[in-house]
Amino acid sequence: MATVSIRDLEIEFGNLKVLKNLDLEIEQGEFIVLLGPSGCGKSTLLNAVAGLLDISAGQIWIGGKNVTWEEPKDRGIGMVFQSYALYPRMTVTGNLSFGLKMAKTPKAEIDKRVARAAEILQIQPLLNRRPAELSGGQRQRVAIGRALVRDVDVFLFDEPLSNLDAKLRTELRVELKRLHQGLGSTMIYVTHDQIEALTLADRIAVMNGGVIQQLASPKEIYRRPLNRFVAGFVGSPSMNFVDGTLVVEEGRATFKLKDGRIVDLAGYEFVAPPEHGRPATLGIRPEQIDLEKREPNATTIPVNLTLVEPMGADSLVWGDVAGTQFSVRIDGDAHVDTPSVVDAWFEPAQASVFDLATGARL
Amino acid sequence: MLQATPTPATAAAMSGPSGPRPRSVTAGRVGLYAFLFFAALFFLLPMYVMIVTSLKTMGEIRMGNIFSLPSEMTIEPWIQAWNSACTGLNCSGIKVGFWNSVRILIPSVILSIFVGSLTGYALSLWRVRGANLLFAVLLLGAFLPYQVFIYPLVRIYSTVGIYGTMTGIVVTHIIFGLPLMTLLFRNYYASLPIELFKAARVDGGGFFQIFFRLMLPMSTPIVIVACILQVTGIWNDFLFGVIFAGRDNLPMTVQLNNIVNSTQGEKLYNVNMAATILTALVPLVVYFISGRWFVRGIAAGAVKG
Amino acid sequence: MKPRRRQNVASYVALIPAFVIVVCAYLGTMLWTVQISFTDSKLLPSMNFIGIRQYERLFTTSRWIISLENMVIFGIGLILVCLVLGFLMAAALDQKIRFENTFRTIFLYPYAMSFIVTGLAWQWILNPTLGVQQYVRNLGWTDFRFDWIIQNDRAIYVVIIAGVWQASGLVMALMLAGLRGIDQELWKAARVDGIPAWRVYLNIIVPMLRPTIITSVVLLSLAVVRVYDLVIALTGGGPGISSEVPAKFILDYLFGRSNIGLATAASSVLLVIVLVIITPWLYYEYFRPERAKGGK
Repeated sequence: MATVSIRDLEIEFGNLKVLKNLDLEIEQGEFIVLLGPSGCGKSTLLNAVAGLLDISAGQIWIGGKNVTWEEPKDRGIGMVFQSYALYPRMTVTGNLSFGLKMAKTPKAEIDKRVARAAEILQIQPLLNRRPAELSGGQRQRVAIGRALVRDVDVFLFDEPLSNLDAKLRTELRVELKRLHQGLGSTMIYVTHDQIEALTLADRIAVMNGGVIQQLASPKEIYRRPLNRFVAGFVGSPSMNFVDGTLVVEEGRATFKLKDGRIVDLAGYEFVAPPEHGRPATLGIRPEQIDLEKREPNATTIPVNLTLVEPMGADSLVWGDVAGTQFSVRIDGDAHVDTPSVVDAWFEPAQASVFDLATGARL
Repeated sequence: MLQATPTPATAAAMSGPSGPRPRSVTAGRVGLYAFLFFAALFFLLPMYVMIVTSLKTMGEIRMGNIFSLPSEMTIEPWIQAWNSACTGLNCSGIKVGFWNSVRILIPSVILSIFVGSLTGYALSLWRVRGANLLFAVLLLGAFLPYQVFIYPLVRIYSTVGIYGTMTGIVVTHIIFGLPLMTLLFRNYYASLPIELFKAARVDGGGFFQIFFRLMLPMSTPIVIVACILQVTGIWNDFLFGVIFAGRDNLPMTVQLNNIVNSTQGEKLYNVNMAATILTALVPLVVYFISGRWFVRGIAAGAVKG
Repeated sequence: MKPRRRQNVASYVALIPAFVIVVCAYLGTMLWTVQISFTDSKLLPSMNFIGIRQYERLFTTSRWIISLENMVIFGIGLILVCLVLGFLMAAALDQKIRFENTFRTIFLYPYAMSFIVTGLAWQWILNPTLGVQQYVRNLGWTDFRFDWIIQNDRAIYVVIIAGVWQASGLVMALMLAGLRGIDQELWKAARVDGIPAWRVYLNIIVPMLRPTIITSVVLLSLAVVRVYDLVIALTGGGPGISSEVPAKFILDYLFGRSNIGLATAASSVLLVIVLVIITPWLYYEYFRPERAKGGK
């Protein structure tokens, strides 16, 4: 068991600062997902934790030990890569045991660990095959096995499921979660796939531009995104954003759309007392909107509906609010007339309001 | 004092190693550069020796300091090599061979690339019965020792009346350039999106129309590679030149060897080296200008496409 | 699935040159050569068949035996040194070094030049009276000897040196391309596993480069069988006949000594040698049904 602590980390490639003053405390046994678009620095951060690239400033602690200058092999980590990075001319057993042999681990111990890893990952029948004879899912299992035999407390995953097809990805995702529950090790997992992040993580660190935008539980990230970037990045189909201004009258906050219509915000929990006249963005997830009033606290927003996209279990209805594109998720069996103008209902407590200029949650 | 002091907590938090790993010049790194340096020396020394020798007087050369810089620089050997170096009794310099090589080079390169691209095109995009067999024998031909073909070819050329002529040497270069050229173009055309070809077929393009209007204009990169390979290959040829070109068309390499390895008179090492460098000049210029393309040519020619 | 392609008369017309070349210039001449080797042809081809007597004579001709021996020595030496040197250079260039382009250009430039140029350059450097030997003697080591080029049992090693100088750059270029094609995550994985760099090369990278190594060996072998101009320029086959090679033997007997029967017999032997080297590789490279693509 080990904690991971990243303190004031900075990484530059040439003149380009990829990570800036980054701090991250990861608890024992925690499953952390670094989520973000490509180029946000999440893989860089993971590689820095592994010691695979030079950092410009700051420290990395693993298991209470300062490992900033340690070689990757001495950090007590195991790592799984997107391309699996299996040693192609060796059998699965060879792949699992090569690192241990190099570390002069006794033969009996090697056999024991390989057998255990093979059992956990159910790859016993594959032990004598070569990577080329394995399917993608099997290869990734072997790659995880290679990290397992190292008997370490921290596992690093660099987009491990990205090369797999959708079905296998779901399967392995479940297995990874099970693995984490079984081992109880600390895991840091990089992905650009929000479903992976939401399903696997204890906490998600949403990154953009080399900065952690929000570090919180999946639920918190989904419900209360700290800024517009997080709100837009997490959730599919993505959150609707409507620009307007805040109107505060007698302590009651409302949101004035660009076309002058008013949306009531009663029930929304502002981070700080709202300011009258501040330009803002109202964010509502498509699945949080109903075309009928179902909740007692719901409030209305006028929507022009133009197009229905049936998607099986539910349908996505597209349209606009005051000229901005807007979508509503409804039940697959429900019927909507398009084009039509309706009042859609949502609970302000579930919505988000962001500062128009800074994008920060209000 | 109002100096900012770190709180005890942060001081403890940031203790120990911090920031980048201290860089030290490791023994491995030194060894690496030493190896590269000595390897470079091995490859550069002969060229260096050739150049300094070609700039020395014979008197200085006789002192045996092969690596020393010329004490009095002279370009006389270069002029002599170009204008008046002797092959047997004929003393008109290596320029004769140079111009012969140029005259051999131009038609050989153009024709061999044309035939190769046409063959590669037919073999890659069209359904031709026996195409695989033809290609297999063609490839095999590229690898067989030339000695197997030479004598019968001489007889055939004599019968047709092109033995020892410019036509004879050009035809020879086309024959033996065909496998590599075909391979290059076949692989290149096979790598293009087949939809392109299909669309041209749907538009009613015929075999030659598609070749001249669509494929050839798209072939610039591979034509460059083919040119590099053929120009250096044909320029550097010795065997075919000495056998097929005939006395009046001897290419530069053959003439160079005749000049340097002739047994008459005193050996003029400075003139020899000047002539040698002159002979190497054309492929070297191609090499330095083409840069990465040259490597690409090697890879395309050596490895399967 | 291969797309169906339409047959077309024009495509056959376009293949006429290739067809004529393959049938006449390759197959025809090859068969003709083999046929002549079973006759008693001297200055001109005859139709008087004498079975394998030319081959018997060939293998009792010491000059041919020496040629073959030299080819083997040259082959083993050239291929081994080129592979090792070429790999080391490629691996060194792959270490994120400075001036990589400069080094690569230096290592490869001899390959652009003619064997004649290479041969003449080394002939001059190794000149026993004015070359390296004399230079070192002038420095004070008056007993220094490096006159392999005029020593019967050493001359062929001089050919190896010159051959390595010319061809190891090629191996370097091929190997470097191979190394650059290797997944960088593999290196990362090995670092996390704590495998020392030289073990990574030995146990992981070199096995992965097997196709490149095979290609290099085949290309070098062909150069070995064909070696002619290098010997002409460097030693002329001398001293005496100590650095003769088969290709030179054949041409000498074809044109200089007018013994066509013996020369074609030698050609046929060479042909068999090359076929033995080349056929399996050619099949492997070009005609094997779709290889399993996985495993990189």
